[in-house]
Amino acid sequence: MFGELVAQYLVAGLTYGTIYAVVGMGFNIIYNATGIINFAQGEFVMLGGMTAVSLSTLLPLPIAIAGAVLATMAVGALIEMTFIRWLHRPSVLRMIIITIGISILVREAALLLWGQGVRALPYFTGNEVSSIALGGARVSPQVLWAVGACAAMVVAITAFFRFTMLGRQMRACSANRVAASLCGLPTRNLITLSFVLSAGMGALAGCVVSPITQTQYGMGTGLAIKGFTVAILGGLGNSLAALAAGLLLGVVESFSVSLLPTAYKDAVSIAVLLAVLFLRPSGIFGGRVAARP
Amino acid sequence: MRLARYRPVALFLAAAVALELLAVHGGKGFLLTQLTMSAYYTLVVLGLSLLMGYAGQISLGHAAFFAIGGYASAALTTWDLSAWGGTGLVKALVAAGALAARRDAYGGPVLAFHPWLACACAVALALLVAWLVGIPVLKLTGHYLAMATLGVGTIILSVAVGTEALGAADGISGVPPFPLLFGAAVGGSAAERVVNYYVAFGLLALGLLLLSNLVDSRVGRALRAIHGAEDAAGAMGVDTGRLKLRTFVLSAGMAAVAGVFLTHFNGGIGPSEASIMKSVKYVSIVAVGGMGSLWGTLATSLVLNFLSLRGYFGSFDDAVFGGILILIMLFSPDGVLSPRLWRAARAAVLRPRPAEAPAAGDAPAAGDAPEDVR
Amino acid sequence: MRIQILAVAASLLAGWSAPARAADTIKVGAILAVTGPASFLGAPEAKTLEMLVQEANAKGGWGGKKIQLIVKDSQASPEKAISFAKQLIEEDKVLAIIGPSTSGETMAIKNVAEEAKTLLLSCAAAEVIVNPVAKHVFKTPQKDSDAVIRIFEQMKKMGATRIGVLSSNTGFGKAGKEQIEKLAPAHGIQIAASEVYDKAATDLTAEVTKMKAAGVQAIVNWSIEPAQALVIKNARQIGLTIPIFQSHGFGNIQYVTAAGAAAEGVIFPAGRLLVADELPDSNPQKKVLVGYRNAYEARYKEPVSTFGGHAWDAFEILAEAVRRAGTAPEKVRSAVEGLHGFVGTGGVFHFSATDHNGLDASAFEMLTVKGGRFVPLAR
Repeated sequence: MFGELVAQYLVAGLTYGTIYAVVGMGFNIIYNATGIINFAQGEFVMLGGMTAVSLSTLLPLPIAIAGAVLATMAVGALIEMTFIRWLHRPSVLRMIIITIGISILVREAALLLWGQGVRALPYFTGNEVSSIALGGARVSPQVLWAVGACAAMVVAITAFFRFTMLGRQMRACSANRVAASLCGLPTRNLITLSFVLSAGMGALAGCVVSPITQTQYGMGTGLAIKGFTVAILGGLGNSLAALAAGLLLGVVESFSVSLLPTAYKDAVSIAVLLAVLFLRPSGIFGGRVAARP
Repeated sequence: MRLARYRPVALFLAAAVALELLAVHGGKGFLLTQLTMSAYYTLVVLGLSLLMGYAGQISLGHAAFFAIGGYASAALTTWDLSAWGGTGLVKALVAAGALAARRDAYGGPVLAFHPWLACACAVALALLVAWLVGIPVLKLTGHYLAMATLGVGTIILSVAVGTEALGAADGISGVPPFPLLFGAAVGGSAAERVVNYYVAFGLLALGLLLLSNLVDSRVGRALRAIHGAEDAAGAMGVDTGRLKLRTFVLSAGMAAVAGVFLTHFNGGIGPSEASIMKSVKYVSIVAVGGMGSLWGTLATSLVLNFLSLRGYFGSFDDAVFGGILILIMLFSPDGVLSPRLWRAARAAVLRPRPAEAPAAGDAPAAGDAPEDVR
Repeated sequence: MRIQILAVAASLLAGWSAPARAADTIKVGAILAVTGPASFLGAPEAKTLEMLVQEANAKGGWGGKKIQLIVKDSQASPEKAISFAKQLIEEDKVLAIIGPSTSGETMAIKNVAEEAKTLLLSCAAAEVIVNPVAKHVFKTPQKDSDAVIRIFEQMKKMGATRIGVLSSNTGFGKAGKEQIEKLAPAHGIQIAASEVYDKAATDLTAEVTKMKAAGVQAIVNWSIEPAQALVIKNARQIGLTIPIFQSHGFGNIQYVTAAGAAAEGVIFPAGRLLVADELPDSNPQKKVLVGYRNAYEARYKEPVSTFGGHAWDAFEILAEAVRRAGTAPEKVRSAVEGLHGFVGTGGVFHFSATDHNGLDASAFEMLTVKGGRFVPLAR
């Protein structure tokens, strides 16, 4: 019984962790290209899930998801072109405030469009009660979908940044935008692309976790805080580290439930983050100095 | 020459008196309720303005300090100790005058801490927390600082919502009025409305006086130096770490004082006062008012809070804040009172804005400094 | 710069235009959490009130006077509720205030209403709202303690005495949890585990695992948020097959849809609104329930929920009191207190000087979910 419970808490932690990681990774793409933390990242997740739910009443599930991802990418591009593109070297403080503003507006627009009700995509495999035995624990097949999607995204993104010309250009743009543009790179378009990619990732995350977490207009804020926590915990800019940090945080939270009252679950995970920030500001897996002013 | 410094604050007080007379004699005395509440929120915002505008440090968790002040004072003045009336500790507290006996709204006897003592404890607690948290947090910069302050806010919120003794999700209600001198009290009854208005605006004027003196002093210049270039300020002999910490603690203390007074005025406090959205609203107001512009922030805060508390924005309260925030940050990062905004507005009518002209090309003009270094 | 501030102040003053104070309208205030974390309550409540006011005005209003409804969206913040309550009382001079939607807000303005002698008809759950009784404060939702008693009775029938309690960190969850803890010993129920989760929770596997670890024979969950669908899904996914009870907060078909197959067999107490069609024609509530549900669903194209019903009850109780006593505030208050046998959506109300809720355990029906629909639990 005891071993079974430990396994169950572990699996629960992995479920939380995957959700956090998948959101956290979205932060990193924009950060890598621009040095901006996009506080509206959680809203991409919400938009993806909501759009997919709406489309799924008309279209088969895979097409609805693809449509939702594309639509959210378009929103990402629109946001970048409307609010960010023409800003002349904005400060971090200003960007934080602008993206917070965007996040509020997107959330309110979603409330107008979809109302306050909760929706969810159907489970990709099985239904609400089906589960798979996994070393004494039981887990919903949807968790495996989420883990799979998360892993695929990490691999794809890492490969993209490392091996494709476009990815390398984006990294160059991040490292030194002036130098990149002197070399003839279309830096503005690359930044738009980073928003598009990040929105797409957020939306896909929103779709795969929708059956687990359910989707509601206000879900973005909570997820963004967790995603941001994970991105920082791993070391900003490192997708693989965000995945590891996400899983770690999820497991910590889950085991904290077994010992402490759940009411303080969030406080526990934030305390972990603060401890890491104070002791090792570059993140658990980060390099030497990261605190980018 | 020193008197000139007090002229703006005196003018502000005169305007407050004029507003009160206008409202009361115009038969709209009820407006003072929301004006009083916005004055307290403005006190929080002013403190944050010092931190953000002058010291250049963001805090996405400032509502937490307001909540610490409000909750501590509410808890100490409502926790009924009469059940322990026989114990030595309670007897000693009664003898020392720390406890005050009163009756609640239904006539039941309540033995709780005296509001003055509760207020002192609440503010002291907020200062202590700010100091303890500030030491490690203020070593961070940029996004890390934003995340850390957001995290502190989240922890305080989850303590407020998760703790039975603090009323959990319902918060604390039935907080007694705060007796001042001459029989006046900080409380919600309609008869005390005018007194409370003056208490709030008096407190706000004190805050303004403190801050406007501070920003014109050596400390203020040092803070602006930190904002401009922290390393350079350090090299010039400014103890940047200590100064940032002191500013943080001061602004947290102002938030806590506002929290204590508003909680007694409202007769209660709920977890919404500690929410992240509340912190974000405070930051928005500072940003819209103009970072480093005390008067712009003051005007923005009084107006926006007043309108919001009167429900003018209906269900679009958050959306209005978000919208104003984006517009100001995009077009006038120095705030609503920025001379740049007025010049640009005038120029926009006559010809395209010259400042935006270089943005047409892909490459930024060489030698550009980031805009926050002025 | 100072001139600019003065300009702002001047424009503000100019904006204070006197609201029209027509003698031929009756003003009714409403403070509801239309948006924000408690919008599950406030949104249907606001919609219901708007519908009822329009209907009543179309029929000529109350005693020939039109009703003017002033809805204030508090977003579930007590400080806003306080500001709005003072505004409605002192400035709009409303006859009565309907709402707030949450317990915390209601407790925050209970004294304000009492001091100003303004009738307050709360749509929130907690029993502290009407106990101790404040002369001008009433509430329409059923008592949590009655819901708990009905659940405990059902548990005993099913042979479950060792239970786990889950609740969300909202006023609704808190009020229910308190009643469960208070009443359990008298009913021979042992609470083996109790957990409070965040209202915005996205997964509760760890929490239900804790229930499993405690070896409970049944789970009660008390919340109004979408998380109540998570509780049943996650419990079934980790292989818990024990009975799961929900509160009357489950009375919204969207949670059944969200929980899908996992919702089957969930047992919960609720007002009869959700099973109006299954009631015998002799049931006094049937006509009211079917009428409200049909009108609401035709107008808003969304399933009716019991929360909107709380606002229906508050408004119609006020209407009945005005019909009996005219529009003098104190007389209306006494008339509400004197209502006996008023048929509402939440039950049949019997108010008195000592009971400002007017409902008892008979207001609840035990329901379950079968084939994705609410049905009465077979006795």
